Amino acid sequence: MYRYDEFDEALVRERVAQFSDQVQRRLNGELNEDEFKPLRLMNGLYLQLHAYMFRIAIPYGTLSSVQLRKLAHVARTYDKGYGHITTRQNMQFNWPRLEDAPAILSDLADAQLHAIQTSGNCIRNTTADQYAGVAADEIADPRHYCEIIRQWSTLHPEFSFLPRKFKIAVTGAEEDRAALRTHDIGLRMRRDADGNPGFEVMVGGGLGRTPVVGVTIREFLPEEHLLSYLESTLRVYNQLGRRDNIHKARIKILVQSVGRDAFARMVEEEWAQLRDGYLTLPQEELDTIARYFAPPPYETLEDSPPELELWQSTSPGFAAWMNENVAAHKQAGYAIVNISLKPEGGVPGDITAEQMDVVADLAERYSFSEIRATHEQNLVLPYVRKLDLMAVWQGLQQAGLATANIGLISDMICCPGLDYCNLANTRSIPVAQEISERFADLSKQRDIGPLKIKMSGCINACGHHHVGHIGILGVDKKGQEYYQITLGGSAENETTLGNIVGPAFSAAEIGDAMETIVDTYLTIREEGESFLETYRRVGQQPFKETLYAAH
Amino acid sequence: MYLKAITANRLRDGRVVYLSEAGNWSQSLEGSRLARDEEELQSLLDQAEVSVLRNEVVAPYAIDVLELDSGYLTTRCREEIRSTGPSRRTDAA
Amino acid sequence: MPLIKNGQQVADPWLALGDEETLPEDVPVIVSLERWQQEKDVLQTRGMELGLRLRSDQSPQQVAEDLQFFSLIALEFPKFTDGRAYSYARLLRERHGFSGELRAVGNVLRDQLLFMQRCGFDAFELPENAPVEAWLRALEDFSVWYQPVTDNRAPVSSLRRRLRVAAQ
Repeated sequence: MYRYDEFDEALVRERVAQFSDQVQRRLNGELNEDEFKPLRLMNGLYLQLHAYMFRIAIPYGTLSSVQLRKLAHVARTYDKGYGHITTRQNMQFNWPRLEDAPAILSDLADAQLHAIQTSGNCIRNTTADQYAGVAADEIADPRHYCEIIRQWSTLHPEFSFLPRKFKIAVTGAEEDRAALRTHDIGLRMRRDADGNPGFEVMVGGGLGRTPVVGVTIREFLPEEHLLSYLESTLRVYNQLGRRDNIHKARIKILVQSVGRDAFARMVEEEWAQLRDGYLTLPQEELDTIARYFAPPPYETLEDSPPELELWQSTSPGFAAWMNENVAAHKQAGYAIVNISLKPEGGVPGDITAEQMDVVADLAERYSFSEIRATHEQNLVLPYVRKLDLMAVWQGLQQAGLATANIGLISDMICCPGLDYCNLANTRSIPVAQEISERFADLSKQRDIGPLKIKMSGCINACGHHHVGHIGILGVDKKGQEYYQITLGGSAENETTLGNIVGPAFSAAEIGDAMETIVDTYLTIREEGESFLETYRRVGQQPFKETLYAAH
Repeated sequence: MYLKAITANRLRDGRVVYLSEAGNWSQSLEGSRLARDEEELQSLLDQAEVSVLRNEVVAPYAIDVLELDSGYLTTRCREEIRSTGPSRRTDAA
Repeated sequence: MPLIKNGQQVADPWLALGDEETLPEDVPVIVSLERWQQEKDVLQTRGMELGLRLRSDQSPQQVAEDLQFFSLIALEFPKFTDGRAYSYARLLRERHGFSGELRAVGNVLRDQLLFMQRCGFDAFELPENAPVEAWLRALEDFSVWYQPVTDNRAPVSSLRRRLRVAAQ
């Protein structure tokens, strides 16, 4: 993975010094809250319901074991012993003190971590396929491009006060695990006829109160033009994006209002001026960054060791975990291990400091010291020998991290909701907990099959509810918590927005409603059909009927 | 009108605080100074504004409070959660 | 208002002229785009240097053909969160070759000075009572940059290249 050189190091240290000074100016009254707020937000520091919240960047979701231990240290020393993985593959802490922010950042910088641009109207942490570099279905490894984007977007002088926040996602795989079309810019790696790498460029996706599926504005962008094209797109947006209405300020509204073709033309016109200029990436530079992402020293291994079969036949728990949480690796004899942060009755995405240390240990022993965070709020060990799977499973199990539910109904995306968030209208964590308890039986979950529930406690859609197979949106009705259900959304290859199924359910009813939806699906599904496939075949009607039959 | 108390977040650590009977900021809703009419409310808000200017608290506002035999109770879910903490959290599991 | 230009505090010889105000004798003035468009002839023949002030919804693209008449262009930040002028500044410097004074006016804050400078601003109107020394120090907050932009600071990529060459 990438390691800072002296320049990266210097920049992060200078940022720590700058922010420490800003905090000091706030504490001694030189800055008032109105002046300080945008400064702290540029560095991921929010003021939430109970306390400040600090969001730490995990660039494209890649972490070293040393970095994860450092996050554990922050959780223990400055917080209440846990952290929360977000849908931007970042980690946030719920209880830091403003006074401690300089010390936290300084400690983080020791492990090459920072909070730069984890909030604010700037280019946010670039997200990526959590299987980047190891997926069996990968066209090309996107990680060095992600790092190039990270560097280019860090403290970009022109794009630090955009009309609104800006999110970029990248994948190099066939299957979209990065929700590309829900991003301001989505980049999917392609190869041209000669096999040269490049990108399909999608723009204008987004969730929030106006969900939009992104559109392709360029089928193939050669790799060396990555930055000049991004700069052109951002420059068009920075000048023309709406600034009079915060709810219409995202690039998706601009793309919608001028139309895809006209927007693409504007970008191409700007790009005609910038391409082949100083942002063109020389091959040498691409190669230099790519070398950081060279494959680890893999052993030559048998792809299906007999031990594996033995373990699976003798341990049903291991077999279930193997089936649900372990994914195909591109290197023979290796596997990708997903670590579920969705235990029965738990808070989705939360992980304790002790668990972080366990994962860091396991990564050091079994995964070349590397960990990934996923936008679905789980972790990944990307390089595990199949021969080590039993040991990894046992280690995870002891730490309560081996729930075999990846991609199943209890593997929900869930925002912090009103339990923590200043913007939320309703709680979402208790609903997630209730659902995971109702569907606690893993064999039932496996029977239900792949089903993504995504839940937001308000219209800002941090929990991606629009693209959940089942989406849940919390709404406040006269001071009472209600939950609106959408069906049929997906952030996968064929991205679709869910449709509202009918009137919202109260907090007391929402658990039953979930069971009704699932029971309806189980009744009407055809052989081998997933929930989403069934929904796409039959539409809303059968679900509507059962959900509202009694009402 | 409901009884009103004043709440804010403390600047240096962000914690939820309430303007107390004694005129300082306390983490407990009990012992809050309550306003019974508009005039008293304005006086509390003015007092809070002074604390803002002194960089003690951030963004104070008034909340509705019920005075029960058992103590003070906020009326809205959000304020309930602010006064008692997240209803579910990992370190309390 | 204190004025910083080229990294130091200087006196401001310019008069910001309101649209309704009479054109004075022998003082260089900064006029709005509207006034420039209406009084082009008078303004370019009065034998004084001329400045133009653009609002954040007025792209310098509109005056691309007239740039030779201006010794100064003031770009306005109505709120510091309105970042359009960062792009305008780069376009003026990098695309249109504007080499006169590029002045940031309006809601200019200390913590944005460096971004502005990197985008091509060389002059900044500070709020009244701003501690000028501290603002000047803010221009030194960073020594390292990833982006190649209009100023002459070498971006990290070219520093790395130099190191690689030196190592060979």
